This record gives sequence, structure tokens and C-alpha cells, in this order.
Amino acid sequence: MDFLTLLQILDASLRLATPLLLACLAGLFSERAGIFDIGLEGKMLVAAFLAGAIAATSGNVWLGLLAGIGASLMLSVVHGLASITFRGNQLISGVAINFFAAGLTVVASQSWFGQGGRTPQLSGAARFDPIIWPGAITKIKDLRKADPLDQAYSELLSGHAIIVYAALLLVPLSWWVLYRTRFGLRLRAVGENPAAVDTAGISVVRLRYSAVLICGVLCGIAGAYLSTALQAGFVKDMTAGRGYIALAALIFAKWRPWYALYACLLFGFLQALALRPDVLEKAIGLKVQVQLLDALPYILTVIILAGFVGKAIPPRAGGEPYVKER
Amino acid sequence: MTFAAKFLCATAALALTAGAALAADPAVIYDLGGKFDKSFNESSFGGAKRWADETGGSFGEFEISSDAQREQAIREFAEKGHNPIVMAGFSWATPLETVAKDYPNTKFAIIDMVVDAPNVRSIVFNEHEGSYLVGMMAAMASESGTVGFIGGMDIPLIRKFACGYAQGVKAVKADATVISNMTGTTPSAWNDPVKGSELTLAQISQGADVVYAAAGGTGVGVLQTAADQDILSIGVDANQNYLHPGKVLTSMMKRVDNAVYDAFKSGDAMETGFNVMGISNGGVGYALDEHNAALVSAEMKAAVDDAAAKISSGELKVHDYMSDETCPALTF
Repeated sequence: MDFLTLLQILDASLRLATPLLLACLAGLFSERAGIFDIGLEGKMLVAAFLAGAIAATSGNVWLGLLAGIGASLMLSVVHGLASITFRGNQLISGVAINFFAAGLTVVASQSWFGQGGRTPQLSGAARFDPIIWPGAITKIKDLRKADPLDQAYSELLSGHAIIVYAALLLVPLSWWVLYRTRFGLRLRAVGENPAAVDTAGISVVRLRYSAVLICGVLCGIAGAYLSTALQAGFVKDMTAGRGYIALAALIFAKWRPWYALYACLLFGFLQALALRPDVLEKAIGLKVQVQLLDALPYILTVIILAGFVGKAIPPRAGGEPYVKER
Repeated sequence: MTFAAKFLCATAALALTAGAALAADPAVIYDLGGKFDKSFNESSFGGAKRWADETGGSFGEFEISSDAQREQAIREFAEKGHNPIVMAGFSWATPLETVAKDYPNTKFAIIDMVVDAPNVRSIVFNEHEGSYLVGMMAAMASESGTVGFIGGMDIPLIRKFACGYAQGVKAVKADATVISNMTGTTPSAWNDPVKGSELTLAQISQGADVVYAAAGGTGVGVLQTAADQDILSIGVDANQNYLHPGKVLTSMMKRVDNAVYDAFKSGDAMETGFNVMGISNGGVGYALDEHNAALVSAEMKAAVDDAAAKISSGELKVHDYMSDETCPALTF
């Protein structure tokens, strides 16, 4: 395996890890506040659809992004209403959101565009273009002749969509918000012991709603990234289980922002490898089934949950609606 | 008679007359990619539409959205009295085998697969011949001497494309390298543009400067990436030259539209049995239009047209992968 191939796989890992990372951070905020969210997948899917549809009709990717965030926020509010205001079962609400999104996006795009559940192909300003850093080489055929340092700079650092860089910056930001601000302290407390937060005179409902809304915004960006940056248009079921992998990454990271980054990069790397079975075959001299690589994130999570790599303890009040008094 | 009963009778009568009006109209059923997939299904729609425009007739059509709908869709059209019923795609074979027996007076046509029943026309294309021609063009256009092939799902049909392509490349440049990758082993491989573009990037890094995509919706990602990376690509099934003008060398045209048109035109009298569409009867070929005119040199065109003439006269034989599951020019 030559250096450029390795770089390409790492480059693909970063691209594929971005939606996982955004969804994982979304889940982090929600679950740290005590609201389990199985519906990450569904929120990403509606966001991907609406972002693709609005970008295609308006020709402006930023409007698409806003529309995607809006769609995801709507579902977040539904999840919030069901699980905070009406104290329903958070898992059931999340599953319902996933089913709703899987069906609605296909029906809506079929009746809107009549292209078999797809949105039209996006191009130009309707898509997030890669940001080329100064002096970077953009064409792979020129890159093959460049020296390794140039290759690393042009391939790995430069040439990603703005959302990729933004997602990476969101990791320290999330850490800072959660561990260095008053809001973050309260948010974490409300996931561990809402009664104590309530006694201190802080509204549990308000905190949990803000966490769920932050989750909606991040899921919206993740979905919009899928349809307007990673691909050029929405296709049916395009999230392909990324919401669940993000949940797995969240458990893997034990609900901590930096570890979420590492877990998502690892899972992104596995996805990138699954795209290049030929490289893997050459590297280890053994034919590995692609399906096995696709399943690895889940297998790793099961191993974690079984307690082999230390204990993963979820927020104590997670999944339970807060009842002030009986 | 109560109002409800009257109403029911009226609707029933209406349904009957509607059914009668439809009877003997042909019908086409699209495969999962959807009617406007810029490829296979859109091509069959094009043929059906051409027939409708010319004759002023009308036809039934349906887009399935899941595998479970296949058998039901064929039955529905057969019940309504449509004849003939054309379906595009190899996945229709199993449901058609079941349904064809139940409607002996209805004629069916299936594209890309063989169903052995007295009332079925099985239309297959000599994709290896068309792929041979575009392979020759790829080898002539390539500067690096390395060209790529990206297939959809790894099935014998797609290997047939790859094998014909590799033979064409080797016919021009015996020492050329052909890199071949398949997108996957499940039907989702037809609709995975992300993986298509990753595979394209990988092939470019191995030196490929012309890439041929025979991968349905996945091919959209291949063509996009090839255009972004400033190399040439080759489209498939329909004429895809217009997708990226000046960046798509040509398209291997599989005239599904002609197959549908022919079936519709012969109507009730459609001949059943085996129907092969090759270079000699206009079933496959390469696309030349204003979008790729600058890329195809006179020398290239002469060589390819010469090969096409030899293939249709039988002087030149292109090996068909599906005949013995081996390929002289490419190992899978």
C-alpha cells in the first residue's frame, strides 16, 4: 500500500466520520440532559431530504442547510413534547420519528420531483464545494507526482466541505460548553439528578428542551451534509443507519465529546475501509467480507457494553421523564 | 334500489368501461431505479413515449417502490387487459415466471433476462459488443495507458460489460492496464453514488484516466467525480454525454427504448421467444453528439466504425462472459 492510498483512505474516513460526529454530538447533548434519542436517524433523514429539495429548487445551498435544520428541529420539538411535556416513553417516540421520516421523505420527494424518491442532482451553488487551501493540488493525477508532504497537505487537510471543518471545531466547543459553562453544568446535572436541579430553582423542562433543540440543530447539519456535500442530492434512505452508528459511537465514547471524536473517526475509518476492500485484501493478504466491516461498529459497541473495555455508564436520569410532584 | 346501491352500480359500470378502454393498450413497468433514473428506466419510458407520440395511443405505466410489489404489479396490468406488458430489468424474471402461466393470452416482454414461457419475449442485449467499442475509444483517448471500469452489483451481466470493455481496450493497446471494481454484492450497489465516487478516486490514483461506469445510479457519482478530477468517463445505457459536456468521452448505448418501442408497435402480435439486440440490429452502440464531438477524433471514429462493421458481419467475435463465465482479457 503506497502513501497516497493510505492518505485517500484517511481522507475518506474524515469525510465519512463527519455526519457521524455531528449526530454523535447531537445525541451527546440530548442524552446528557436525560433525553434518550433513538430518532437521530430520522432527524438526519428529513434534514437530508429537505436540504436537498430546497437546495435543488432555490439553487442556494445555505437555504438548503437552513431548511434541513428547520425540518430536524420540527421533529425535535415533537420528541420534546412527547418525552418532556407529556412524559411519554422516549424510545418509542424516537422509533416513531424514524419510521415517520423513512416513509415521509420518499413519498414527499416522489410527489414533489417524480424521480423515484430522489431529488434532482445538485450542482454549482446548490452544493457545498470543497474548500481548497492555498497551494493545494486538487487533481489526483497531478498529486501522484507530488512529494509526500504536499500529498498529505492537499489530500488530507485541504479540499473538504466547510461542514467538515465546522464539525471538527464543534468538538472543543461542545467540551467547553458542557464542562466550562454554567449552562453545561446544569445540563449535565439535569441528566443525573433533575430533582436537585429543580430544588436549586432551575427549570428542568426548559433545560431539557434546550438540549433537545441543540440536538435538532446538529442533526439538521449532519443531514444537510449528507445530501449537499457528501452526495449531490437526496436518495431514499440515504442515512443508511448512520444515526444508529452515531448512537453506538456515543456509547463507545462514554458520553464525552473528545472521545466521541475518536470513536467517530474510528467508525469513519471502518466505513472507508469497507469502500476499499481491494486495499485491505492487499494489506493483510486475506479477503475480508465487506459486510463484516460494515458490522464492526456494532460489534465493537457490543464488546464495550459487555464491559470488556471498562464500564459505560449512561446519565443516571436518562430515559426517565421528570415528575415534579405526585 | 337505495342510493348507496345505485352509487355502487355506477362506479362498477364506470370501472368496467374504463377497463374496456384500456384493454389491449400496452404497458411498461419500471424497475426500482425509478422512471427518471437518467439511464435504463428512463430509456424504456422514452421508447414507450415515442410509440405514444407516433400512434397517438396510450399506455399503462407503473413505478414500483419495493421488491414486494413486483408480482402484484404484473398481475394488476394483466387483469386490466393490457397487452403486451413490458418490464425492464433482470429482477422481474422470478415474478414473471409465476404470473405468465396464469395469463396465457397476455403477452409479456422482459428485458435483460430469459424467461422460458410460450407467451414471453425475452429481450437480451449484446452489451459486450457495445462495451468493446467504447473500450477501443477509451484506449485511444487514454494517455496513461491505464483505464478503469466500475460496475454496479457483481453479477454475470455486469462482468459481461467489463469483459467486452477490456477486450476492446486490449485490441487497441495490448499492454494497457484495465482496473476493474464492482460497487457491491447487493442491489444497493445500483444506487450508491458515494461509493462510486470513492472507487473512481481510487482508480485515478492508480493511474486511470478514462473510467467506464456500468452501475446504474452509482454511475452518477462516477461521472461526477471523473468530471471534477478532469479525467474522461464513459456513460452507460442511455446517452449520458450531456451530464458533463466535454468530460464524458461517450456512452455505451443500450437501446432499451428501441426494444420497448418494437414490443409496443407489434402489440398483440408480438413475437415471443428469444430476442437478441446487438450491433447488427441497432440494439447497442456508442453515442456521438455535440457534447462529445470534440473528444472523438476522426481516427477514433473510423477505427470504431470499422470494428462495428466487422462485428455485425460476424468477422470479429467479441467473447461473451456469460457464455462460459470466463474472460480472456480480464480477471475478476
